[in-house]
Amino acid sequence: MQRIGVFVCHCGSNIAATVDVKKVVEIISQEPGVAHCEDYQYMCSEAGQAKILEAVKEKNLSGIVVCSCSPRMHEGTFRKAAERAGLNPYMVEIANIREHCSWIHKDMEEATEKAVILARAAIAKVNLNAPLYPGESRVTKRALVIGGGIAGIQTALDIADAGYEVDIVEKTPSIGGRMSQLDKTFPTLDCSACILTPKMVEAAAHEKITIYTYSEVDKVTGFVGDFTVDIRKKARSIDMDKCTGCGVCQEKCPSKKTPSEFNRGLNTRSAIYTPFAQAIPNVPVIDREACIKFKTGKCGLCEKVCQAGAINYEQTDEIVTEKYGAIVVATGFDTIKLDNYDEYAYNQSPDVITSLELERVMNAAGPTKGHLERLSDGKHPEHIVFVQCVGSRCNDNRGKSYCSKICCMYTAKHAMLIRDKYPDVKVTVFYIDVRTPGKNFDEFYRRAVEEYGVNYIKGQVGKVAPQSDGSLLVQASDLLDNKQIKLKADMVVLATAIEPDPSVRRIATMLTASIDTNNFLTESHAKLRPVESPTAGIFLSGVCQGPKDIPETVAQAGAAAVKAIGLLAKDKLLTNPCTAKSDELLCNGCSVCANVCPYGAISYEVVQVNDHGIREDRRVARVNNALCQGCGACTVACPSGAMDLQGFSNRQIIAEVDAICR
Amino acid sequence: MSHGTNKADKIKEISGVNPLKCMKCGKCSATCPAFDEMDIKPHQFVSYVLNDDIEALANSKSLWKCLSCFACIERCPRDVKPGKLIDAARQIVIREKGADYLKADEIPALLDEDLPQQLLVSAFRRYRR
Repeated sequence: MQRIGVFVCHCGSNIAATVDVKKVVEIISQEPGVAHCEDYQYMCSEAGQAKILEAVKEKNLSGIVVCSCSPRMHEGTFRKAAERAGLNPYMVEIANIREHCSWIHKDMEEATEKAVILARAAIAKVNLNAPLYPGESRVTKRALVIGGGIAGIQTALDIADAGYEVDIVEKTPSIGGRMSQLDKTFPTLDCSACILTPKMVEAAAHEKITIYTYSEVDKVTGFVGDFTVDIRKKARSIDMDKCTGCGVCQEKCPSKKTPSEFNRGLNTRSAIYTPFAQAIPNVPVIDREACIKFKTGKCGLCEKVCQAGAINYEQTDEIVTEKYGAIVVATGFDTIKLDNYDEYAYNQSPDVITSLELERVMNAAGPTKGHLERLSDGKHPEHIVFVQCVGSRCNDNRGKSYCSKICCMYTAKHAMLIRDKYPDVKVTVFYIDVRTPGKNFDEFYRRAVEEYGVNYIKGQVGKVAPQSDGSLLVQASDLLDNKQIKLKADMVVLATAIEPDPSVRRIATMLTASIDTNNFLTESHAKLRPVESPTAGIFLSGVCQGPKDIPETVAQAGAAAVKAIGLLAKDKLLTNPCTAKSDELLCNGCSVCANVCPYGAISYEVVQVNDHGIREDRRVARVNNALCQGCGACTVACPSGAMDLQGFSNRQIIAEVDAICR
Repeated sequence: MSHGTNKADKIKEISGVNPLKCMKCGKCSATCPAFDEMDIKPHQFVSYVLNDDIEALANSKSLWKCLSCFACIERCPRDVKPGKLIDAARQIVIREKGADYLKADEIPALLDEDLPQQLLVSAFRRYRR
């Protein structure tokens, strides 16, 4: 029999306002096996933990139950306290009487009764607890960053500067990401390329950084500290060591009709291409879907003009296998498709564009060489209408429920830049709310209104109708004047909602990192662990975790790097001892457990067993403790009851259920 | 959704709309083809229901100017759908007149081969106490 100490936390009023804590102590004190029971205002505080240490010493306790918040919050805290008191940390159980009780109940009598029941269940479990000892696993001192935008670049630079090797995997032919597509950045209006390209060069030149562009993560196995990753280097059809980046091949390529991804399809590119002039690496790729040589076997012009002899049509995809201690996801975002928003006529008129497309129009290297003009006829516009919240804050299955966060600021930026460069152009912005929290952000928006005369109207646009004269009729609300207004515009710019890059679903599955209903990667704790995935060793950088602007992305990228460095700095990691264990005398070697194991942790071997005096060779399951994550799937699947989870054995679970049903 | 006895609750119940979801974007009024004819505009309907001012709605011109074109229902980004509120307000007014506009006994006489059954059912639902 254990000598159990039970500690009931008030959590200020979080628990005590709904649960009669004194009554819980009174009832639980009478439970068999309970050698000590007390309550305290904040058990997690230093004074609260001291009470545990004191009681263990005075009452010679062998097990501890803390009735408090979720074990996700403070299980670690109390395990450490137990360890300081000389107990095995796995002799601690948490009865969650906050999230599972006080927060969800209103009636004190009922809540108190439930708290007592939860405490009894935890006591029943501790009675069967045995000390557990974590193993050790090694840490590979190398990090992988998935995505080569500003988030990935900054994370890689910070990790590399701390002295660790970093690999960046980027699926497009160049690093740079969305930021390389932007013209100017808010709130300082400095040119995006001028601040991004030096960072791209720095990453490429860094001796600790290896960049795999035009590459994708194919397979991930292993666990924190010891991941093994297959990187698929897609066939570039160019020998990277030979190419000098002279660009002659791109000039001579006769296939020039493919929509340019970099310019959002507003103009075309050649089949052999670099996405943009400052691409890193400055080595083109051949788009085999568009290349005449690959489609018909004829052409081969690029090979003829390449003086370096770098063209290689025979190249195939190559798989690089590398080991990593930590993985940072920085897969970024894209704008949502507007196919369901017919009212804005986006698919009907080339003069209705998204804000990201406007970035390319405004950019000197873009399809119009930086001249503001209508894409339909090249005419200089007289009136431009901006529509905010297109697909953001929508509850209607067409868009996204969240605020995309960056649109208010970039729309103010666009409006201001246009008024500055072309004072003759009238600019109207339709908004629902203007949200500009951030350093110097509201001042920036007010400047657009007060100094640049941008006309902000509160109300949404109901429809955009292309007219026979080429103009666009914009019908909208002016809510402050309680009017419906009809405006003639030459261009309409839609502040389109952003969403995580579609590739993130595949990557999250490979990493077993959780994502939310909007495909944003979930952080381990919304406030206290915002750059870590709940999956150990996986860190989050940039918009893949939630909408954010460049300064926030860079800050988060640094934070993710620090967390990865903290992991890489360790030589060994303690493994979770709550892993599965098979009883070879009960195991019938059926393989059901191996089939359900998501981590590939179960293998089979033939061993000689002594079953009640009969010696025989049997095929039995063997769990690799380093790979097992303790999910428990095998224990449920095992038909003979041989598989058990240490720390959560079937006996312990049944004892808890019995205590609850008593 | 509450099932209270006051008229605003009744409108919410009939329409199935939660006006609290409205974030005052005005897309309904921006899209409404009958906007100029209305004294209370579609986006204001939401506030009138929220403020329990159903008398004003019942006496408004708008109630009968709405074309039931459903453009606001189609485009509302918040699933508030003012067109449904207007329709519910109409039903309340009709029911309050006290009269059965369509009595069950009268229906057999109205039956006509070319008349869709749905029309009768829907008319009966709407135009009776």
